[in-house]
Amino acid sequence: MSAALIAEQILNGLQSGMMLFLMAAGLTLVFGVMGLINLAHGSLYMVGAFLAASAAAATGSFLVALAAAMAGAALAGAVVERVVIRRLYDRDHLDQVLATFALILIFSEGTRWVFGSFPLYLDVPDWLSGPVELPGGILYPRYRLALIGAGLAAAAGLGLLVTRTRLGMRIRAGKDDREMIAALGVDIGRLYTLVFALGAGLAGLAGALVGTIRSVQVGMGEPVLILAFVTIVIGGIGSIRGALVGALLVGLTDTLGGILLPRALALVTDPATARTTGAALASMAIYALMAGILVWRPTGLYGARPA
Amino acid sequence: MTKTTIAALALAALAGTATAQTKVGMITTLSGGGASLGVDTRDGFMLAIEQSGRDDVDVVIEDDERAPDRAVQIADRMIQSERVDVLTGIVWSNLAMAVVPSATAQGKVYLSTNAAPAQLAGRMCHPNYFAVSYQNDNLHEAAGAWANQAGYSDTFVMAPNYPAGRDGLTGFKRFYEGELAGEIYTDLGQTDYAAEIAEIRASDADSVFFFLPGGMGISFLKQYSDAGVDLPLVGPAFSFDQGILQATGEAALGVRNTSQWSPDLDNPANRDFVAAFEEAHGRLPSLYAAQGYDTANLLLSALDRAEVSDAEAFRAALAEADFDSVRGDFSFASNQHPIQDIYVREVVEEDGVFTNRIVGTALEDRANAYLDACDMQ
Amino acid sequence: MTAERWLNALVLPALGLVALAAHLGDAPFTVTLATRAAIFALAAVGLNVALGMGGLVSLGHAAFFGLGGYAMGILAWHAQTYQPLQIGPLAIAGTTSMPVVWLVAIAASALAAVPIGLLALRTAGVYFIMITLAFGQMFYFFAISWPAYGGEDGLSIYVRNGFPGLNTLVPIQFFGLVFGLLCGACALAAFLRRSPFGLALNAARQSPERVRAAGIEPDRLRLAAFVVSAAITGLAGALFADLNRFVSPAMFSWQLSGEIMVFVILGGVGRLMGPVLGAALFVAMEHVLGGISPYWHVFLGLVLLAVVLFARGGIAALLTGRAHG
Repeated sequence: MSAALIAEQILNGLQSGMMLFLMAAGLTLVFGVMGLINLAHGSLYMVGAFLAASAAAATGSFLVALAAAMAGAALAGAVVERVVIRRLYDRDHLDQVLATFALILIFSEGTRWVFGSFPLYLDVPDWLSGPVELPGGILYPRYRLALIGAGLAAAAGLGLLVTRTRLGMRIRAGKDDREMIAALGVDIGRLYTLVFALGAGLAGLAGALVGTIRSVQVGMGEPVLILAFVTIVIGGIGSIRGALVGALLVGLTDTLGGILLPRALALVTDPATARTTGAALASMAIYALMAGILVWRPTGLYGARPA
Repeated sequence: MTKTTIAALALAALAGTATAQTKVGMITTLSGGGASLGVDTRDGFMLAIEQSGRDDVDVVIEDDERAPDRAVQIADRMIQSERVDVLTGIVWSNLAMAVVPSATAQGKVYLSTNAAPAQLAGRMCHPNYFAVSYQNDNLHEAAGAWANQAGYSDTFVMAPNYPAGRDGLTGFKRFYEGELAGEIYTDLGQTDYAAEIAEIRASDADSVFFFLPGGMGISFLKQYSDAGVDLPLVGPAFSFDQGILQATGEAALGVRNTSQWSPDLDNPANRDFVAAFEEAHGRLPSLYAAQGYDTANLLLSALDRAEVSDAEAFRAALAEADFDSVRGDFSFASNQHPIQDIYVREVVEEDGVFTNRIVGTALEDRANAYLDACDMQ
Repeated sequence: MTAERWLNALVLPALGLVALAAHLGDAPFTVTLATRAAIFALAAVGLNVALGMGGLVSLGHAAFFGLGGYAMGILAWHAQTYQPLQIGPLAIAGTTSMPVVWLVAIAASALAAVPIGLLALRTAGVYFIMITLAFGQMFYFFAISWPAYGGEDGLSIYVRNGFPGLNTLVPIQFFGLVFGLLCGACALAAFLRRSPFGLALNAARQSPERVRAAGIEPDRLRLAAFVVSAAITGLAGALFADLNRFVSPAMFSWQLSGEIMVFVILGGVGRLMGPVLGAALFVAMEHVLGGISPYWHVFLGLVLLAVVLFARGGIAALLTGRAHG
């Protein structure tokens, strides 16, 4: 393996990590502030991708598509929060799991009802298509570089939002002490709707950005949802920084594992076995990583330690 | 009214019930991510039934959700409580493996509209099982043969790490004569292929063979075209099916793929089928629709010659394959899988719709590699 | 008798009567459906030991369900192909005898549950949910990509395994076996709840400190509950494989873990008969709604949502008119 190839694979790992972060950030925020497990987060990702594909088909503009995805998913999130989710805050995790599992069923088949059974078209706009040459002679798709940039921007924006704004202050306060912030006269209901819509909007944005280079179809949300859960659990639930570190770890493990494990095994066994066994082990790698980290630190890398 | 007319009427009434209904159970995927394949299978099959104008064929359709245990449950219900005579419609090999062996063992005829795994063609072949589509390896074999014709000698091959994926690469290598520049197994359901594309770019391959059905193919093609790798691609029709080409868009333009059917295949049955399907559903038919249509016509042709209740005669009538296939020449090999030509198609854009056009023939009168493994001669 | 007792006394006989009536009315598929419900109920009774008694929210019980299934599949496959199973120097002939398969399924699931439980119990709350999910996913991906036993295609077993004196291919006889095991598992669950072990486990769920002060390590109790729970679910997996005469990695999928959990919550967490009610209702809904519309999952979702929002404590609470104490 040449150094350039390794560098390119690391970039690929970073890129998939950044997209995972967009998903994980919303999930971890919602859990951190409201204590809610939301299995339907992947559905909002799917809604974002479908809305982006429809908006792109109607207007031909990629930026309009992104805006539609984010706004539409945020709106869907706000509605779901008002109608269903807010009844679940004082329930235990079990009820939350069942209710959001039900939401997945409704969203998935509802989307197929509205958009039909066939995958939708969504493609990279001309101004972002094709590869660029990086130092070291690596040819890398411009769009994937833009994804890394978008992920970094979102991470920075979220960081600023949480640490520097009034909303962020309330989010941090809401996390630590719900009664306190309610006593201070903050409308906690509205705060929760806002946080949930923000998470949903990020998921919708991720769906649109990633859907552009993947297939936009029903059921696209669930694999990503599981990965996002793995991410926030590794990072420590509730921690934005943890979500970022977890996302990068998962992205790099997933990308490099698939490439390196078969090669490593080829050193000790015949090539055919190495290829299939290596691929099998690589598909288990992130779950092994997560189990390992939890055994080492039971509340993730940046999670709050139990008293 | 005389006694004789009453007797005649009674006889006619009896005869009416005796020639009664043939019950067909269709188990296919109508919900979730793979629904487009099942929807086309159903629509193709039902088009042929409607065109025949027959009212003695009842088709019961159920959604398997692409879950093997659900498919088994539906098959049990169709056999035990609806008492169907013929089963059909399963899209995926793993579901077929769950349903077909026990259905045929219970004396039901199974007509495969798509999935045709190696086991069912070889060791586990059965007189009640007919694959109307192909044998799973066929399109991969044709891709290997095409790679030779095109002069490729250093192909990079890639498939998901599951039985159909491993069989696909074996099928390709069965006919391909050149070297392999690389061989990668991806995850089943993988959505990002950046790492694999980087490997392909770094290799000194002169072409790429890939088998990534459905959504996996859409993702790969989009990402491949955006990565600026310009090695020619070749693959089986599963990533270039009418149902997903519109979602892949320009990324698939010009790619060569192998199929035993194409919408532009020039024979009267196919011209009628494509026109009728477009009229009925407002979209071009896919390979799955064509296979569903052929399966229904095969069934109807056999019903013209024999009663379902006479199992021996009915099987013989099916094996005759006396129907106008949209693929042109069609007959069954000794293990009841098709003998047919397999073509190479190119993805083109016509009037804003992406579709396939035939550019050559990869294999002529191809049967399959499992004739000897099947003891049904 | 209280409403709860009536419920406990009536649910199982009702399920048995449905199957018997269907058998007499020559509706063999309804018997098959009742069998499916009973098997899912058994899996859920298993999960309820961890979930209801131990407070351990496991989203990875499909791992045990699948292990039980593969125990059946692998043993029957070796018997059917006359190839002994080689484990090092040991050659084990396969078997098609149900009791043997059951024991192997129970042992395999229980053995797997020990390390998984030990590791998972280091965490709590959401982390526990997610680490069990991770173990389930590991089994799932391993089963898909491991070629020896069919990979994603799974294993087809052509003849249902046998039980001395019975013809298991007759739906009602197979139902009888499953039903008997379900009754046994319910009796075991009822016994455990009243046993010192169950009482200590319940106390550990409500206040671990007090149990620890009494000199008992709560995690040991939890581990024991987790292992018993896994063993019962593993047995259900072996029966499910026999019902379908087929095993596949889908038995390891996280959706299946989710469904087993849904049975428990739908019926009523911690209730003796909750899992049975939940599983029976779910199977019935699947069957009825599936015939109504191609988009029936939407309606299934709406019903589940309504149960969570408006019937706290599940169907059992709805029927007995009070939430679980």
